[in-house]
Amino acid sequence: MSIWEYANPVKFMALSGRVLPFATLLSASLLLTGLVWGFFFTADDYKQGSTVKIIFLHVPAALMAINIWLMMLVASLVWLVRRHHVSALAARAAAPIGITMTLIALFTGAIWGKPMWGTYWAWDPRLTSFMILFVFYLGYLALWQAVEDDDTAADLTSILCMVGSVFALLSRYAVNLWNQGLHQGATLTATKESPIDGSYYYPLLICIVGFITLFITLVLLRTRMHIRLRRSRAVLAREATR
Amino acid sequence: MIPDLGKYASDVLSAYVIALLLLGGLVVISLRQSAKARKILEDAERKTRK
Repeated sequence: MSIWEYANPVKFMALSGRVLPFATLLSASLLLTGLVWGFFFTADDYKQGSTVKIIFLHVPAALMAINIWLMMLVASLVWLVRRHHVSALAARAAAPIGITMTLIALFTGAIWGKPMWGTYWAWDPRLTSFMILFVFYLGYLALWQAVEDDDTAADLTSILCMVGSVFALLSRYAVNLWNQGLHQGATLTATKESPIDGSYYYPLLICIVGFITLFITLVLLRTRMHIRLRRSRAVLAREATR
Repeated sequence: MIPDLGKYASDVLSAYVIALLLLGGLVVISLRQSAKARKILEDAERKTRK
């Protein structure tokens, strides 16, 4: 059995319909556990005070904002190479979730920045590349809305997605590429030992997995929605030509 | 019930309120749009069956 079989909308609808209830339950429980643990049961940091609790929202949201764009890139490349409609619709479905994650990262970052850096905003490499990523998200959605033909819209948005990926990667590596600005380096890395204490690390990890499962839940829900809308347009168009 | 957040209480609480409102809004909008799409398809299919 090949993964490409699930590019068939009928098979995708059947599988996603079975997965959705479990994904919903898992994301709700993980988010509830992680956020309640982080907010109610972690101590204040000796330097940052209670603002450290913002980490449980800011880090997962920022991580998702970048990685959702990269997921959209993969789905767009699949569309451009193999012309599977489900992949183009999955990329479209992911964009509003990416916008929301970017907004959460920007807002919580600004609120955290004020007491720690003395300012809500600075034209720091990571903050600036994040702001540009947000604009790309808006442009991506606007392009889907502006083009009437679905296949043309998928082609154009896929190209926009490839261009925007530069900024998604810049957002991730801005701190390493330009050794300046206010924003610190990555809190969690796969290669090095985590610089944060275990009492923050574990609830943060749960929140990150919660955000990932929430994304999976919402992207499945929204892809199913776009498949239904596309199908209804096809049904009505076929009826009109009779 | 709410832990003592000290002098940063308003910062922490506003970050949580904004983030949860945005997440909640996204979930509600997605559910509503999804239900609407299901109805549009059902209507379209019903129309063609007639």
